[in-house]
Amino acid sequence: MSKIYDVAIVGGGPAGLSAGLYASRSKLSSIIIEKGKWGGQAATTEELENYPGSIEHPTGPKLMDRMKAQAEAFGTEFVKDEVTGFELSEDIKRIRLSNGEIQARTIIIATGAQPMLLGAPGEMELRGKGVSYCATCDADFFTELEVVVVGGGDAAVEEAIYLTRFAEKVTIVHRRDEFRAAKSIVAKAMENEKIDIIWNTVVEEIYGDGIVEGVKLKNAQTGEVTDFRTDGVFVFVGTKPIAEFAKGVVDMNEKGYILGDEEMRTSAEGVYVAGDVRVKSLRQVITAAADGAIAATTAERYIEEKFHKLKR
Amino acid sequence: MLELNKDNFEAEVLQTEGTVLVDFWGSKCEPCKALMPDVERLAEQYGDKIKICKLNTTDNRRLAISQKVLGLPTFIIYKNGERIKEISGAENCTPDAIEALIKENI
Ligand SMILES: Cc1cc2nc3c(=O)[nH]c(=O)nc-3n(C[C@H](O)[C@H](O)[C@H](O)COP(=O)(O)OP(=O)(O)OC[C@H]3O[C@@H](n4cnc5c(N)ncnc54)[C@H](O)[C@@H]3O)c2cc1C
Repeated sequence: MSKIYDVAIVGGGPAGLSAGLYASRSKLSSIIIEKGKWGGQAATTEELENYPGSIEHPTGPKLMDRMKAQAEAFGTEFVKDEVTGFELSEDIKRIRLSNGEIQARTIIIATGAQPMLLGAPGEMELRGKGVSYCATCDADFFTELEVVVVGGGDAAVEEAIYLTRFAEKVTIVHRRDEFRAAKSIVAKAMENEKIDIIWNTVVEEIYGDGIVEGVKLKNAQTGEVTDFRTDGVFVFVGTKPIAEFAKGVVDMNEKGYILGDEEMRTSAEGVYVAGDVRVKSLRQVITAAADGAIAATTAERYIEEKFHKLKR
Repeated sequence: MLELNKDNFEAEVLQTEGTVLVDFWGSKCEPCKALMPDVERLAEQYGDKIKICKLNTTDNRRLAISQKVLGLPTFIIYKNGERIKEISGAENCTPDAIEALIKENI
């Protein structure tokens, strides 16, 4: 494969897909490399009510299918593979994949984030046996059972609401005395009869013989530990960036998020960043999509200046 | 690839001599569906050495729970009906990890 793409985009979530759309609409040749599922994290949530225009069919998988189809319609190419590293040179950059290599003039890193673990004993052992990080994947199993949701942000409260469609009872355990989630979502959760909330409390341990049977809860103020029987534990305690493979290539902050400027430029020439993997304050589908659009536009300008590419 | 359900699971997996890999997936599990083409490919590639089957847990919830599967995606290796090894969760169940699981057990 000796084709040289104008833009190689790493990650097929909302950031990568909109970068692809903008790049291909500008008549740049573009390819998106995705190791897992197209749509990224956004394809794992049914409740996606805050992306403008998605009120009619506010589910993540459907919105992401449309985003992919739109990029495809304008000529973006797609490949299923994992990016393992880069070799940067002035003109042509090499993107190493598990099964090969791609060459491109610019790179957009849009690898997003993954769920943070709770770090409680029992969590690893009981994963897939009642401990979950994906409500749409696993909610079914808990039909008419009881589950605990750990966390207090948007994802935790939204997914708790989603889980009430299946589970008999959903108990949110949060370490503070109020939620970080948006007020409207919190109000919806508070009104839901199937949702209980335990404030100021952390999950100390998850236990069970082969499958989850309960959790040990510790009150953050009094230190008191209590036993709480449950069939499942859904963990939504934040996310961490996926950027290991770019270490030493682009600058990152202490948490491993990639630093980008307003135009999505990283510390490496011709390499841009977009979406959740970037240092920023609001990690959502809309900001990921916006980042992708900006990154592609900046890449386009760079290519025009650098390679004097005549277009149109 | 063989589709398992509550009627054939016993015979095809638990009462079977040799090695079986079961792909536990679900209709609403996007990571599972994304993996399916890779699993189909592996089933073709290793089909003569290992029996690779899939089980839709959405339609067979009780059966999945009886196998202590309450999270997707999950892949379990059974040898002569006994469960030997498993991997679970979207981050862990990559095509490479599934292939490694097969290679370790054939
Ligand atoms: C449960 C949950 C509920 C949410 N609810 C909402 C909501 O209601 N509204 C909202 O706006 N946002 C919501 N979000 C947040 C939103 O999903 C993210 O902000 C958004 O998906 C970020 O997009 P992204 O493209 O930056 O990254 P991601 O969506 O994380 O996509 C990145 C992609 O890159 C791929 N990738 C990573 N590394 C590599 C590699 N080395 N090679 C190839 N591919 C790679 C990953 O597999 C992934 O598909 C929710 C998130 C979660 C987890």
